[in-house]
Amino acid sequence: MIEISELYKYYGQRRAVGPISLAIADGEVIGLLGRNGAGKTTTLRILACDLLASSGTVKVAGYDAVESADSVRANIGYLPDTPPLYGEMRVREYLGYAARLRGVSGKDLELRLNDVLAQTGLVAVAGDPIASLSHGFKQRVGIAQAIVHRPKLVILDEPISGLDPAQIKEMRGLIRGLAGQHTVIVSSHILSEISETCDRIFIIRDGEIIASGSEQELTAEADTGDRLQLTIRPDGDLSDLAALRSLLEATDGVSDVVIEESTSGEWQVKLKTATDRRALICQRVVEAGGGLLAIVRIARELESVFLELTDARVGVLSEPGDSGEEASA
Amino acid sequence: MRVALLIARREASSYFRSPIGAVVLSGALLVIGILFYWKGLTEKLLSSEVLSEFFYSSSGVVMVASLFLSMRLVAEERQTGTLTLLNTAPVTDAQIVAGKFLAAFGMVATLTALTVYMPLLIFVNGKVSLGHIAVGYGGLLLIGAACVAIGLFASALTESQVVAVVVSGGIIAALILQWILAKAVDPPFDSFLVNLAFHHTNFRPFQQGILELQGVAYYLAVAFLFLLGATKVLEARRWK
Repeated sequence: MIEISELYKYYGQRRAVGPISLAIADGEVIGLLGRNGAGKTTTLRILACDLLASSGTVKVAGYDAVESADSVRANIGYLPDTPPLYGEMRVREYLGYAARLRGVSGKDLELRLNDVLAQTGLVAVAGDPIASLSHGFKQRVGIAQAIVHRPKLVILDEPISGLDPAQIKEMRGLIRGLAGQHTVIVSSHILSEISETCDRIFIIRDGEIIASGSEQELTAEADTGDRLQLTIRPDGDLSDLAALRSLLEATDGVSDVVIEESTSGEWQVKLKTATDRRALICQRVVEAGGGLLAIVRIARELESVFLELTDARVGVLSEPGDSGEEASA
Repeated sequence: MRVALLIARREASSYFRSPIGAVVLSGALLVIGILFYWKGLTEKLLSSEVLSEFFYSSSGVVMVASLFLSMRLVAEERQTGTLTLLNTAPVTDAQIVAGKFLAAFGMVATLTALTVYMPLLIFVNGKVSLGHIAVGYGGLLLIGAACVAIGLFASALTESQVVAVVVSGGIIAALILQWILAKAVDPPFDSFLVNLAFHHTNFRPFQQGILELQGVAYYLAVAFLFLLGATKVLEARRWK
């Protein structure tokens, strides 16, 4: 469906994207994951023929994005990060306009309008002015205009941005529902959005694809070394935090030590080791008189892979609850 | 052409869903009416002179109205992000420009059509040639088309409607003032500049009911040039 070869985009002297080379098969749901400014939107705009690349080739459904731009445009539906909506138009009227622009007409138009309104849950607001809709409904209208002409490729740039949790859940279902009928590319800096809706993920940093694969493949690929979580009771030579920290950091192969004091007076320690150092760590803590209550391996999550790959926070293993904030920071 | 008309229809309907269409049309009609009363009905002029004065004052109002109607055409779409819908649909830049031009020109044509009752009032106490009326209105439409094209070009250059109207106003002012500039240069450049004058040289024959091919060609050429410019600006924006 998509073949990108040696794609570069420069803004003046600054390289925004490139080199990017990738291939995406029919029917895949692809996630493009990267921090703000990583080059996601620029890449998608080039794919959608909204922007011309500085060099390289992009082929969609066999058509070159420069030489046969109109054929490419006829095969894509694009939702930019700001949905292109005319506030004064009514939902059905707007979708009709978007469909006619893509060459849909006659009886087919009515059928497709009815289908897309039902598919995106917009039937109840079909006659409402777009300006009067909530943010969630506006996003739905944005997706509806991208699929009303049944394109082969649907490109969604940050479709979940700004939605509340209930709307996010609905939007995920909607995006998953597009799988099979369309090839879908979703960009986001929100990890949970990508991991729950996509078959394959491309991680982009500084305009380059630095990793790709399924969630499991990415996690396994980046999983070098162990992440350990220890529960220690202050005692003996380890009665203060500084002593514990210096003991752990002096242990060969240990890095990224993070210590938090729990309400029960115990210390929760998270750290990273190059190889299996559990026995050594246990021995040193016990020899220093500390009360070692527990030591467990932490399963790697996509978020920590993402943060490491994109040079995010070093030395802090993320908590499940703060993934969105970390990623969008 | 089908796509251009589709874009024109949406654009035209948006004029009437926002205050801009009603404000510009009603404001322009009010000013034209006041000027017609002031120049035509309070001074002792021949009927043909009244008609000539009507076309003279109307041309100024049509020029200003054209700029206000065209300032939003691309600038607003770029500002709100809706231009992306057109840029990512199988629509050429020329079709986008054509659709937007047709919508704004349709508004200018509506404005001029709504002034028809004023020349007809001259028939109450006088007599004028229908040919004079037809040629004068032809001139108004041509100067309106040229102004809309200039406004559309300026609108394609920027996201700001204010900047667009200032730029287009500057272009028209520069074209109008060519005849003054002509006085400061030696032959043969003076006649060249005089012939480029937007209003002084090229509209005056229309105003007097004289159909001159030079004026028709001039306004069509200006409209074509700036529409082509707007198309090229849209094409160039795809690199940014």
